[in-house]
Amino acid sequence: MKKNRKSKLKRRESLMGYVFVAPWMIGALVFLIVPLIQSFYYSLQNVKITPKGRVFHFIKFQNYTDIFRLDPLFLEDLTGYLLDTLLSVPVIVVFSLIIAMLLNGKMKGKGLFRTIYFLPVIVVSGPVMAQLADQGAASIPAMNVSAITSILGDLLPNLLVEPIVGLFNNMIMVLWYSGVQILIFLAAIQKIDSTLYEAAKIDGGSGWECFWKITLPTIKPMILLNAVYTVIFLSNNEQNVIITSIYNDMFAINRGYGFASAKAWVYSLVVCLLVIFIALLLRNKKDNYITEVKKEKKRIQKIEKERRQLRNRQARRSKGLKREGSN
Amino acid sequence: MKTNKTKLNDKVNFVAPKLNKDKLKKYMMGSKDRQGFLPMLIKYILLIGIGFVYLYPLLYMISTSLMSLDDLLDASIKWIPSQFYMGNYKNAFKVMNFWNSLKDSLILAGLPTLLQVATCAVIGYGFARFEFRGKKIMLAILIFSFILPAQVTMMPTYVLFTNLKLIGTLHAFNLPALLGQGIKAQIFILIFYQFFKQVPQALIEAAHIDGAGYFRSFFRISLPSAAPAILVVFLFSIVWYWNESYLTTLFISGKGTSSANAWTSLVVELKNFESIYEQYNQGSQQQLGNINESIKMAGTMLSILPLLLMYVFLQKYFVESIDRTGITGE
Repeated sequence: MKKNRKSKLKRRESLMGYVFVAPWMIGALVFLIVPLIQSFYYSLQNVKITPKGRVFHFIKFQNYTDIFRLDPLFLEDLTGYLLDTLLSVPVIVVFSLIIAMLLNGKMKGKGLFRTIYFLPVIVVSGPVMAQLADQGAASIPAMNVSAITSILGDLLPNLLVEPIVGLFNNMIMVLWYSGVQILIFLAAIQKIDSTLYEAAKIDGGSGWECFWKITLPTIKPMILLNAVYTVIFLSNNEQNVIITSIYNDMFAINRGYGFASAKAWVYSLVVCLLVIFIALLLRNKKDNYITEVKKEKKRIQKIEKERRQLRNRQARRSKGLKREGSN
Repeated sequence: MKTNKTKLNDKVNFVAPKLNKDKLKKYMMGSKDRQGFLPMLIKYILLIGIGFVYLYPLLYMISTSLMSLDDLLDASIKWIPSQFYMGNYKNAFKVMNFWNSLKDSLILAGLPTLLQVATCAVIGYGFARFEFRGKKIMLAILIFSFILPAQVTMMPTYVLFTNLKLIGTLHAFNLPALLGQGIKAQIFILIFYQFFKQVPQALIEAAHIDGAGYFRSFFRISLPSAAPAILVVFLFSIVWYWNESYLTTLFISGKGTSSANAWTSLVVELKNFESIYEQYNQGSQQQLGNINESIKMAGTMLSILPLLLMYVFLQKYFVESIDRTGITGE
């Protein structure tokens, strides 16, 4: 009786859960799952827009091969994007961590500094950044880029030089992209229990040690989150050439939806792989202590099993002996 | 650092030998419970230096936008214009059709934002408060949809909107926002999810005992306590909608359709600033001067000015709410 009522309550709870989440479920179906399937369908078709409407023509995977055949720039853009992202992500993450550390703690003018450093969150937008970059306001004027270029040219292979120089050229842009990341780090740092630091200081830990032993391990999940966020931000950014090219292909007469869809699929695959790569790189490795405990448990289990087997054998043997004795 | 310290101490000792060396050292380097002067100084120098780099584009924009053509060409004038020339702003103002675009921008960013805040709060609450079958899969899909570039689903969505005759209307933004699929809605849902998880379950149970239903306990107890989260989501959402020019040109301004319509926004105007400038010069009687850097910068400034003003007013609450939102989760 009691159990029945409880399950009824549970059922009602879960029903209410569906009611609350329902908008998202419908939205995900209409704007995510169905379009995904359709987009894949498009990517296998040659879509032509005629006065009568869209005409589909099944061409298998030709769109995918066409990307590399007809659009030689795409591959170049893609490798450029990958290198750029792989270089910018560590810079942005480390930089935002440093700023968050600086902004944390007691000091005068905290509000003012925070206002300045959160500003990019508000301002950053495609056209605005494009205008600023056009006018050369995105690079630090005091930095001598050409000197850096010549030094790097001697040290590194050509493939790497260009993105690094690009990074220096657009240094301010990179810094501006780290607004949200600073926010996330700051919120995470502030959540660390201050008694931890006090205890560490009593034990004689320096600020440096505290950072490596307390701050960094605690905010490690946030590093992953920020890295992933940065990748996604950079990939969906309007400054990204690939995004623009997909958009242009969509309305191009000789290419159309099918071609653009195929391109979008290739691009998303690359982005997803990149995210997975970073997630694997930064994933929380299991605690050493826990793995040791598990090993020990396994060992004990193994010993116990052997002991049991031994006992069984002995019991059988003694039984046999008894039987022999009775005989 | 170490050599620096000893040097400093030596110097001071030389000047004033009576000063207590230990005390000075303590003052400079800090003790266990107090930050020293020197680390503090370094911190401030770093913050101010990087802060300048941060503000550099903005300062550059303001200074350039106030320069007349003569100032712009004069190599000796770098930062401070010889006079505050407002002509660039006047030109940009006219070309961008500022008041009209501002109105459009406000509606374009504001309406979906309101819908987005409302639905994301409801959805986040649903995920945080209730247990139901398939929740884990749904959350996985949610995160997956965040990673997926929007370009994959864009074309079918465009076709869908065309079929529903929604291209060029505001509903192309409102509908996804209403269904929890607006711009970066995933982040907002997760923020609310995280926040509502922190609301003590006992509080809601107490409300239930007092006879409040599910909706009532949501509206009366959970929602009011989520004010910081609402503010953060609202601000982010309006900023991201405001700055979105890609989807705006595609869905609202209707580039691909035959009926490119009147909807516009400041950012879209900025994106096509040069061509709009030319068009204006061709179309109207009164010709404006040739476009130059200063006019472009004035246009850029105008397009973010409303956001800057909003930020100046709201930043105190914004910064405070960040501390309390639990944006990061655990």
